[in-house]
Amino acid sequence: MASIELKNLVKKYGDGFPAVNDVSLDIADGEFVILVGPSGCGKSTLLRMIVGLEDITSGDLMIDGKRVNDLAPRDRNLSMVFQNYALYPHLTVFENIAFPLRLAKGQHNEDEIRSKVNQASSMLELNEHLERKPANLSGGQRQRVAMGRAIVREADAFLFDEPLSNLDAKLRGQMRTEISRMQRRLGTTTVYVTHDQIEAMTLGDRVAVLKKGVLQQVASPRELYEQPVNLFVAGFIGSPPMNFLPAQVVGSTLKLPFVDVPISQNLADQIKGHEFVIAGIRPEYFKDASLGGVEGVRFSAVVDQTEWLGNEQYAYIPFEAPEAVHSTLEELDRDLDGEGLRTQLVVNLDARSRIREGQEAELVFDPELMHVFDPNSGDNLTRDDAKATEIAQDSEDARRAALERARSRESVSDRQAGEDAAGSQEAS
Amino acid sequence: MQTNLSTKTRNWMAVASIPVMIWTAIPLLWILATSLKGTDALADPTKNSFGNFWPKDPTLENYRVIFTGGASDLFNPALRNSIIVCLVATLISVILAMFCAYAISRLDFPGKKLILTTALAVSFFPVIAMVTPLFNLWRQVGLFDTIPGLIIPYLALTLPLSIWTLSAFFQQIPWEMEQAAQVDGATSWQAFRKVIAPLAAPGVFTTAIIAFFTAWNDFVFSSNLTSSNNSRTVPAALAFFTGASQFTQPTGAIAAAAVIVTIPVVILVLLFQRRIVAGLTSGAVKG
Repeated sequence: MASIELKNLVKKYGDGFPAVNDVSLDIADGEFVILVGPSGCGKSTLLRMIVGLEDITSGDLMIDGKRVNDLAPRDRNLSMVFQNYALYPHLTVFENIAFPLRLAKGQHNEDEIRSKVNQASSMLELNEHLERKPANLSGGQRQRVAMGRAIVREADAFLFDEPLSNLDAKLRGQMRTEISRMQRRLGTTTVYVTHDQIEAMTLGDRVAVLKKGVLQQVASPRELYEQPVNLFVAGFIGSPPMNFLPAQVVGSTLKLPFVDVPISQNLADQIKGHEFVIAGIRPEYFKDASLGGVEGVRFSAVVDQTEWLGNEQYAYIPFEAPEAVHSTLEELDRDLDGEGLRTQLVVNLDARSRIREGQEAELVFDPELMHVFDPNSGDNLTRDDAKATEIAQDSEDARRAALERARSRESVSDRQAGEDAAGSQEAS
Repeated sequence: MQTNLSTKTRNWMAVASIPVMIWTAIPLLWILATSLKGTDALADPTKNSFGNFWPKDPTLENYRVIFTGGASDLFNPALRNSIIVCLVATLISVILAMFCAYAISRLDFPGKKLILTTALAVSFFPVIAMVTPLFNLWRQVGLFDTIPGLIIPYLALTLPLSIWTLSAFFQQIPWEMEQAAQVDGATSWQAFRKVIAPLAAPGVFTTAIIAFFTAWNDFVFSSNLTSSNNSRTVPAALAFFTGASQFTQPTGAIAAAAVIVTIPVVILVLLFQRRIVAGLTSGAVKG
């Protein structure tokens, strides 16, 4: 158990390119932090800097208040799950899991090793595979062996490098909940790298979004979703992504492609001087007006394409972006690993909606939920700091409570397990 | 090995491989047959069956000659020298090459390219070009006609080969393996010994066998850098065999000696066949 503190970490490669640029992050004891971003954003590099596989160019890395920049990986007492698992093919599952224990010479005798490995393997349901070689295991089993190797010793923190990216979708979902349960149960500080935003949103107490080596925002998943600091975070978090619409500023009205939206005086003052801003509206904020129940700005548009998924329905409405914001939107699309396709509005409608492609649809949305971004800097001009703090406080409380519950449950089940073991010994 | 060839293709392959097998096996069988012929059978085709191929009356006379008879004082020390020289040369070359290849495949250091190119260049040199200077040098420093005097040139022959094969093997081992070991608490040496070396074992065996053969089969160095039974190895010693008289060719004895020196090679290949195949095909690393 330990806290990890990153202070202005920089990683420069030989050509001077900063893969990680001035990242500062405090990870509390027992916290589950996700590093997320599109490919090449430096998230894996950052993780490898924490574990010691990459040198730190400048800045300080503190574990439990102690500077560990110059310590070798083996002296940092962290454990890591690699993307390709990196199991030792010549050792059995048991020996793979026991490997870190055997390396700590003289600290564990054979019985201790056996009991620790068995404890880890029963937690991961690997008991029947202990004598097999990794080559004979399925992907999910290998992944669990890799986790077993990480949790078997009392490491200060677990580091995961895209551990689920090699599994199929169903298994990924199962393992995701498994990792989350395990982390709560063990209460160990965890840093988890992923490019999958579902993993980021569901697993993390806090999520750190990186872009080109620069930290954009660190916040709880809910805060990221509702109060993103800039265009990049807003576009990266959420699926389908937030719609970015060019908005012409005319006094206290924003002219969007399909509709004019009145804005507050406060916001109008803020964006005075801009000819164009970018309005961000999440797909699910649009509603089918014909179903009723929502107040707000109404407009109608011709739906180009619809996708009905059973529980929801996507509608696509193309629009033309004016030159003034076109380049900003295009650059954003590139940053988000996009393909530079046509600009279109994605609307997430209720599955009951009868809107079909080619139809003129009557839509409605609440302008209160709309974000407005500065087209040059990308900053979110409508971010509500008070609300953000509130959400942060909320999720921090929730995290502590969950950890507390997990610990008390753990101690109960430990006692029960102890009694069970004692009972079975008597019986035999 | 798994193959998904159809039956038809497989049959064709089998048929096609028969001439290849005959082509390679006949010379070996011929040597074996010759070694079993007595002096008279060597000179008289009527004493042999299948044309002049197999003796009607096989005898172990030639083997007796090389082990206990007239050629024994030439052959026995040569066999001993061969074994010592080749084993030592192989051992040293594999160990050195292992460290060198590991460094080349894992570390980034200046001069890495240079080492590899030099190793390659050395193996391009015609062996015969090195012999004369070595002969002069060895005589001056007192290495001529000694066992180390043969081991050193053999290292020059086998090291480049070993470095190249082994570094290819090490490069196939995912680097994460080693990083995982380091995170698990291993020192670089422990990571090498407990993870990398076992994984590279097929490669090491393959390399060792190739190195051994190279040294075992060498004739040029052995015949030029030795002058007596002190260090002369079998391939060179064969050239010094003489017949019973000035006018008889020692064909039978040479054939018998050739069979004897082939035996270790065959045994090695049979013993490590599976390792070699595994080594040559995949590097046997599965994540």
